[in-house]
Amino acid sequence: MSFLSRLRRFPFWGWFWLILGALYFILPLYATFAFSLSWDPADPFKAYERSFGDSRFWNSFLLSNILALATILASIILVVPTAYWIRLRLPQARRLVEFLTLMPFVVPAIILVFGMIRIYSTPFTIPFTDIVFMQPLTQFKAGTNILIVAGYMVLSMPYMYRSVDTGMRTVDIRTLTEAAQSLGASWFTIITRIILPNIRSALLSGALLTFAIVVGEVVLASFLGVNAFGPYLFLLGQHRAYEPAALSFVSFLLTWIAMGLIQLVTGGQGQAAGAH
Amino acid sequence: MAQASTSNGFKPVTSWKVWLGVVPFFLFAILFLLLPSFRLLTASFSAPDGSFTFNNIIQLFTEPLIVNSYKLSIQISAVTALGGGIFGFLLAYSVTVGGLPKPLRSVLITFSGVASNFAGVPLAFAFVATLGRQGFITAVLKNTFNLNVYDAGFNLYSFAGLSLVYMYFQFPLMVLIMAPALDGLKKEWREAAENLGANTTQYWLKIAMPVLLPSILGAMILLFGNAFGAYATAYALTGGRIGLVTIQIGAQIRGDVLYNPGLGYAMAVGMVLIMGISLGGYSWLQAKTERWLK
Repeated sequence: MSFLSRLRRFPFWGWFWLILGALYFILPLYATFAFSLSWDPADPFKAYERSFGDSRFWNSFLLSNILALATILASIILVVPTAYWIRLRLPQARRLVEFLTLMPFVVPAIILVFGMIRIYSTPFTIPFTDIVFMQPLTQFKAGTNILIVAGYMVLSMPYMYRSVDTGMRTVDIRTLTEAAQSLGASWFTIITRIILPNIRSALLSGALLTFAIVVGEVVLASFLGVNAFGPYLFLLGQHRAYEPAALSFVSFLLTWIAMGLIQLVTGGQGQAAGAH
Repeated sequence: MAQASTSNGFKPVTSWKVWLGVVPFFLFAILFLLLPSFRLLTASFSAPDGSFTFNNIIQLFTEPLIVNSYKLSIQISAVTALGGGIFGFLLAYSVTVGGLPKPLRSVLITFSGVASNFAGVPLAFAFVATLGRQGFITAVLKNTFNLNVYDAGFNLYSFAGLSLVYMYFQFPLMVLIMAPALDGLKKEWREAAENLGANTTQYWLKIAMPVLLPSILGAMILLFGNAFGAYATAYALTGGRIGLVTIQIGAQIRGDVLYNPGLGYAMAVGMVLIMGISLGGYSWLQAKTERWLK
């Protein structure tokens, strides 16, 4: 093959766009890392030592992880039986439920939290009386925790539901259910011992996406007044230069780990979430 | 089998009892999704004294502050949807039918999955560390090329800067949507076109593009909505100094900056409407494409 014809087959523009894309991906990350190391030439990891030495970081980070875990558990408890029941007995509800799970794309976090505050900042009264049977959820800690976990469940619903539903499509839940029923299993046993283990990779990928959404989330947390990692990082950025860069780089690595694990468990198709 | 046993009467399940299984889900959706959204809708039609009014909706189109914030949000969403859409399409093209080595495809898809999820505060701070006044690239350009981008008119905290930041999650989303669509282009179409004497340009203009166009447009509309609903990235980058719709709504939640609560709710409703139209457009166009790209 002559040099010229080889040159003509060389996908020049393909490489051009790919390299440009790679630069767009990598430069901000490289710059963030380099910037975070440039605080003190004598001690390049000073920004990391300071960040990790701050107890407020650990407190907020721990809280975010607990919230993520609570969101994942509650989502699984809500979504798995629903998706299962729709596949097994109630296919006529599929369109409605799918529509609802897509609604978070139409109602962004800022609108969701606006509506939640509007609804749950007034006390609950028994209808047609003035008797208060519950204080506003936004007024006490357990209440805001319920609200924020519910809000995170809403935000992650499209991904969680789709993951679980796709997972159930690949296993024959009808046959599994009938086999289990003929052996005398209860509904609880069927879901926890038969269905859940069979869709574990789908669950894991849904859970990791939820984790990626929740851990850095800032809108719900700051408007509901929850001292999670997102608001902490935001406040840190208001009066610090190097620590925010260090923690931003760390949260990028966390996103990478979550997405890498998803690739590993699902073996391919990347997914897009969004806490923009 | 299950249907058969039901109709035989072995397990008499009346239809309303079947619906009990999805009650928790609907209850959850009503409490934390529908009720909050619906409340904003009703509140947008109420005057400060609680009476019914259309004033808030009318003011959406007359109050300059609000009109400008919608304009700005629409502009930035359109610019980043178009830019991210074109760039993302070219990237997806390069790794699917563009003749690049196969392994690069999964690398790009993984990277895109990460980048489209890397947003909000960390993304804003990453760009501050990169292109801010003290940023790493800013310093490199100044020291090695003697080019001060800020003197040259660039500002990260402006429209152009924010667009650049938004692009970071926009074009990867385009890659994720377009790569499967480009895979759907059948080899036979290209071969058939070449057999009939078509050149590459003709193939793209007359065959590939018409098939792909609904998909490209749909994806760009989705990108538009993606940018339109963004709040945290813009807020973290500019501290609320850029007047997007989401930023105005955030300010309204913190304290009644519009001096009329109903107007804030009306802004929120207008936003949900635009997001709804864009998602509807996306799914309509996506359904159109699926006929060809299966």
